[in-house]
Amino acid sequence: MDAVLGQVYAGISLASVLLLIALGLTLTFGQMGVINMAHGEFLMAGAYTAFVTQQVFEAAGLSLLLALPLAFLVAGLLGVLLEVTLISRLYARPLDTLLVTWGVSLVLQQVARDVFGAPAVEVRAPSWLTGNVEVLGTPFTTGRLFIVVLALGSVTVLSLVLRSTALGRRIRAVVQSRGLAETSGVDSRRTDRLTFFIGSGLAGVAGVALTLIASTQPYMGSTYIVDAFLVVVAGGIGQIRGAVLAAFGLGLLQAAFAYSQSVSTAKVLLLVVVIAFLQVRPQGLFDVRTRSVV
Amino acid sequence: MSASAGSLRRPAAARAGWTGRAAVAGAYAAAAAVLLLGAPALLSDFRLRLLTQFLCLAMVAVGIGLAWGRGGMLTLGQGLFFGLGAYIMAMHLQLSDAGPGGRPSFMVTGSGAPWWWELFRSPVAAVVGIVAVPGLLALLLGLSVFRRRVKGAYFAILSQASAAAFALLLVSQQNTIGGSNGLSSFRQFFGYALNDPVNRRLLFSITAGLLIAMVAVVHQLMRSRFGELLTAVRDGEERVRFLGYDPAVVKVVAYVVAAVFAAVGGAMFVPVVGIISPNNVGVVPSIGFLIGVAVGGRATLLGPVLGALAVSYAGSELSARYESVWIYLQGLLFIVVVAFLPGGLGSAFGALPRPGRGRTPVVGSDEPGPAPAAQDGPSLVNEPEPFGEPVPVRTGEVR
Repeated sequence: MDAVLGQVYAGISLASVLLLIALGLTLTFGQMGVINMAHGEFLMAGAYTAFVTQQVFEAAGLSLLLALPLAFLVAGLLGVLLEVTLISRLYARPLDTLLVTWGVSLVLQQVARDVFGAPAVEVRAPSWLTGNVEVLGTPFTTGRLFIVVLALGSVTVLSLVLRSTALGRRIRAVVQSRGLAETSGVDSRRTDRLTFFIGSGLAGVAGVALTLIASTQPYMGSTYIVDAFLVVVAGGIGQIRGAVLAAFGLGLLQAAFAYSQSVSTAKVLLLVVVIAFLQVRPQGLFDVRTRSVV
Repeated sequence: MSASAGSLRRPAAARAGWTGRAAVAGAYAAAAAVLLLGAPALLSDFRLRLLTQFLCLAMVAVGIGLAWGRGGMLTLGQGLFFGLGAYIMAMHLQLSDAGPGGRPSFMVTGSGAPWWWELFRSPVAAVVGIVAVPGLLALLLGLSVFRRRVKGAYFAILSQASAAAFALLLVSQQNTIGGSNGLSSFRQFFGYALNDPVNRRLLFSITAGLLIAMVAVVHQLMRSRFGELLTAVRDGEERVRFLGYDPAVVKVVAYVVAAVFAAVGGAMFVPVVGIISPNNVGVVPSIGFLIGVAVGGRATLLGPVLGALAVSYAGSELSARYESVWIYLQGLLFIVVVAFLPGGLGSAFGALPRPGRGRTPVVGSDEPGPAPAAQDGPSLVNEPEPFGEPVPVRTGEVR
């Protein structure tokens, strides 16, 4: 029983990480139909922001809390820079955007290697995030619990922003119909940039969270990015509830497969499940477009 | 996107009539002869080996040129097929090195080789397997994905995930497939000792011959009705469907051909380089295959080959001494070529129409000019469809 619960917790914690990464992805994907392969490197930038913050502020707890908004800002600005310089030129060619952003991610990884060195840097976790709490009699590390809370918090805030602020309305309008939104007076270009800022910023926050459970190194983004893409694909474009469901579904499935098989077999099975799922619902769990032919 | 305009034109040979066609064919034959005869005579053994290795990568590029450049399917997972071909070849070579009934030296536990190794013990079975296994897998993947109209970025991500999963699977199988070390140290290639320089030249000739054959296959495919359909699917999948064709079939054929090319490239890579490991098949090498294709011109006949050769050469010259420079260069190539020169580096010199000017009517063909709907967003990808605009919902809410 303990082993099963432990596996469930592992699944939940993986799901929260994937959710944090996929939230930003699904936002930019839904808004602009753009797959940003450099999203993982924004995550890495967030993690290094946490590292730098800790160099300035010794106290691990304070620096972690400071790093969260700072990483949001750093990654968000990187995202806007990318959007303005490259992505905005490529709106008619979404697949080319994917390759261009892959080039950007190569460059960013190498920059991180040249600045911080190839070996992992140490980001100390504050003392209140290093212990265990017992949930239903099975230990759950507080670091992972923090990530779960952070992921759920981000989902809540993002949903509220999208549902009931002027910015959220504009974003939803552009997602649903860019042309009509423009006719109604929405500055869609400005909305694009803001969306990219928020989506990339969320990757930065995810990066700070990852320093608690993974090593901070130049290639950390590529570890999770493929799985995060699968979450976006399975969840449906631009759908937060889809991302939540898909993240927890895939996270728990992987944990279940990893329990009975090896981790790598679990990955293969997961891919098979996603492909099989797309047979039933090619558009993902949820879909904005209702009357489209394709 | 006018890279598509360039490729919508029928190949030069088709336009020029019989004499022109003969001239073009002669030029290709001359180039092939120079490659086949000149390279072994002029290059040192070391250089020739490098060139053979690059030719293997160029085979993958030819396939990507067909699937991505002509068909608009961005496959980020060719490492899967490259790896399948390579590992089948490697398994066969290790078994034949071990002799009848023997098993590869790296397997420390158990007795005999696993049954799926034994499948490829005979040379004929190995050759058939190199083509059939990746081909069937591509057929299965392609049918399940394209029939459900999964495309664009979705397809790219699925193909990428398949390469990632394959590499992970290989790493985990330390005892049966060599894990992260991969398979290496092969002594002979179908009975020919691999350390003999004469046999290495033979290996070069086989590789070059296969590559030339692949280019010829793509050439013929693109001259055929299938080629026209493939380009049409890329530029307007819905319209092709409404015309009564099944785009899924067209795409699956191109995808399977690309997979088989990648597998054959992988199979030749093994005896030439002497090692295959998960590092050669994962996400990073899979996307790496695309750089050469993009640089050379994705929708051209020889562009992918030349691009792959140039990029591989640059990589081998730079990566050993200036590793970080090479990575920056790779990144910048992706950014600059794909964003600003989608027709390939050649388009920078005016060989191809410039991007972003809309489609020009096709010279010398009986095709009508561009349809109005395609003018504001013609693209290499089939993402923005002229049909099915999303339904406006409660616009009163929008400020």
